Amino acid sequence: MTLLDITLLSPLIGGLLLVFIGHRPIGGWINVAVGAVTFATSLAMALDVFAHGPTLSSGRMFYIDAFNVYLVTLTAFVGFTTSIFSRPYMRHEVERGRLTDGRLRLYHSMYQGFQFAMLLALSTNNLGVLWVAMEAATLTTVLLVSLYRTPESIEAAWKYFILCGVGIAQALFGTVLVYFAAEQKLGGGRDDTLLWTVLHDSAASLDPTVLSLAFVFLLVGYGTKVGLVPLHAWLPDAHSEGPTPMSAVLSGLLLNVALYALVRLKMLVDASLHTHLAGYLMMGFGLVSFMVAGLFLHRQHDIKRMYSYSSIEHMGLMTYAFGLGGPLATFGALLHMTVHSLTKSAIFITVGHACQLAGTQRIDKIRGLIRTQPAIGWGLLIGTVAIAGFPPFGVFTSEFLLLTATMKSWPWLAVPLLVGFGVAFAGLFRHLHPMVYGEPPPGQQPVHANMIPVMVHLALVLWLGLSIPGFLARWFEQATVLISGGSPL
Amino acid sequence: MDLSQLSLYNQAIILFAALVLFTSFIMLAQARMLPMIFAFAWQGMLLAVVTALVALVSGHPHLYISAALTVALKVFLIPWLLYRLAVKLNIHLEAEAIKYPSLLLLAGAGLVIFSYYVALPIVHLSGLATRNTIAVSIAVVLLGMLLMIARKKAVAQVIGFMSIENGLFFSAVVSTYGMPLIVELGVAFDVLVAAILFGVFFFHMSESFDSLDVDQLTRLSEVHETLFPPEEGGGEEEHP
Repeated sequence: MTLLDITLLSPLIGGLLLVFIGHRPIGGWINVAVGAVTFATSLAMALDVFAHGPTLSSGRMFYIDAFNVYLVTLTAFVGFTTSIFSRPYMRHEVERGRLTDGRLRLYHSMYQGFQFAMLLALSTNNLGVLWVAMEAATLTTVLLVSLYRTPESIEAAWKYFILCGVGIAQALFGTVLVYFAAEQKLGGGRDDTLLWTVLHDSAASLDPTVLSLAFVFLLVGYGTKVGLVPLHAWLPDAHSEGPTPMSAVLSGLLLNVALYALVRLKMLVDASLHTHLAGYLMMGFGLVSFMVAGLFLHRQHDIKRMYSYSSIEHMGLMTYAFGLGGPLATFGALLHMTVHSLTKSAIFITVGHACQLAGTQRIDKIRGLIRTQPAIGWGLLIGTVAIAGFPPFGVFTSEFLLLTATMKSWPWLAVPLLVGFGVAFAGLFRHLHPMVYGEPPPGQQPVHANMIPVMVHLALVLWLGLSIPGFLARWFEQATVLISGGSPL
Repeated sequence: MDLSQLSLYNQAIILFAALVLFTSFIMLAQARMLPMIFAFAWQGMLLAVVTALVALVSGHPHLYISAALTVALKVFLIPWLLYRLAVKLNIHLEAEAIKYPSLLLLAGAGLVIFSYYVALPIVHLSGLATRNTIAVSIAVVLLGMLLMIARKKAVAQVIGFMSIENGLFFSAVVSTYGMPLIVELGVAFDVLVAAILFGVFFFHMSESFDSLDVDQLTRLSEVHETLFPPEEGGGEEEHP
């Protein structure tokens, strides 16, 4: 068995096992253990790819290169740390009476099922399987969004299901069109025309008209899952109504996977079209998402909704950066993907504790975190400072790189970017300040909180902001060369 | 192109493709739930017939598997699931008041014309015998979306969702003689899981909202928050 097999099989087997014993106290531990195994093997795989270059599995089903292996590692890492947080958190939810044993079982098995779907989407070489895995990621999480069975959560899950289902159907049509273009060129009757490696090698000869049509459908389809405005309506609902560990992995990981799919397809389309059409479309969508989500931050009443809008804002920024293309912007976007995942999942974990502390998700009811429980207060404060792009955190570095890249090629676009940063900063901090420093309501008691995952994530983000370690920089560089064809260093 | 120049099989493919499109229109205008479910089953049946005919003409044996899957899933299993749920939740005799039915059908016709326009560059390139029906498959997808937009019942939305899926499958069959088998199996699996999940949702919705009208789903919107400031306490988020 290769390392990739273990990485993919451990969440699958773990998920199946948890179908039966997920409600027992040991279920949470098994969830953690599976996460640890997945992370360890993905890390070993990453080092292997780093040393020996891209690998194509036998049968050409899976393809691992510098771009997806780092996302696989990131996904496994955040999945692992979130499972550490989720174990006591979900037990607490059961004790509060918000969940039954059966639903805890569902939660644990679907958590691993979701991990499997994301890892499959990242590592597969087949564009059709990529679509199937993306849809599977929706299907595994849709019942988790409605886990609490409140009318709000059912509404959120229904919206999530319908909007993402219809959205991603467009992506399937786009995939059919890509397949059609490939069959025209490579001849029918072959069973490998949908493999990314085959398509990428012959991309320059694919028909540009069909591919540009395909990209429009793919952008709308996968863009729905990225949460691009105006296709974002499901995202704040789904991210805010589900259990908090789910919000952390949805915001931190699933959006990345969808963006990954989009970037892979952009590489094909760019090679065929020889124009920047795909890039322009992504820049437009990304910039609109970035601006609109920043404005929406100001009028939020629910803390998890607020941070969901912040996710839309950052995904918009990344989409814009990948659309901008060029080594510098691509490098910045890859770095931003990493630091955003780490920071956002840390924030959601802290928010989960804050909500248990205050007993509500309403921003105006959460007060005085730092006085009642300094760990949570500081965690939320530092996390938000990091996500707002303050130095010395990694988000600042990546945003600075993106701004520099913009200045170079589209100087006038730096203005909306800077305004957007300011608007988002104000939107976050006007809500954050009273929550952290306000007067705590009488009788507010500290809760049992496990802040280790948060500290690890934020320390990593800080490290990435102060100095990107050499091996990571070279890793990003490899991925950048792969995507944009040039090196930033 | 002169239709009579085509072989009999190809003419049959075009005929059945037209019938698939026709069932889409039936679903669009059908207000009652049960006939709508039956129309969906008929669409699946016609789709399977087209797939089998294409398999025969093109000599792609794996399309027979796709046709068999379509029959199993979209003619029997999913309609049966929907039927059983509708009877159980006692909505099978309900009819939905469709606003402006004639306008809806005209919009549908407009979408069909639009699909022919979109399909032009693809049809030019294709050398397949089935290329005339690519536009029909796009139209089925778009009509499914129109159905989901226009209808308020959750069951109708699910049927719209599934008929979009039908259209996508159809487009793969007629433009490329089907996707690779592994992809088709994966898609079929996803559709099956989605159908089961929809069933679960019907129960949750009828428990929480006492009806399956998606109009009721208005609690989570940005507008709502400002128009009706939330009452003190924040509802079910309160500590026990």
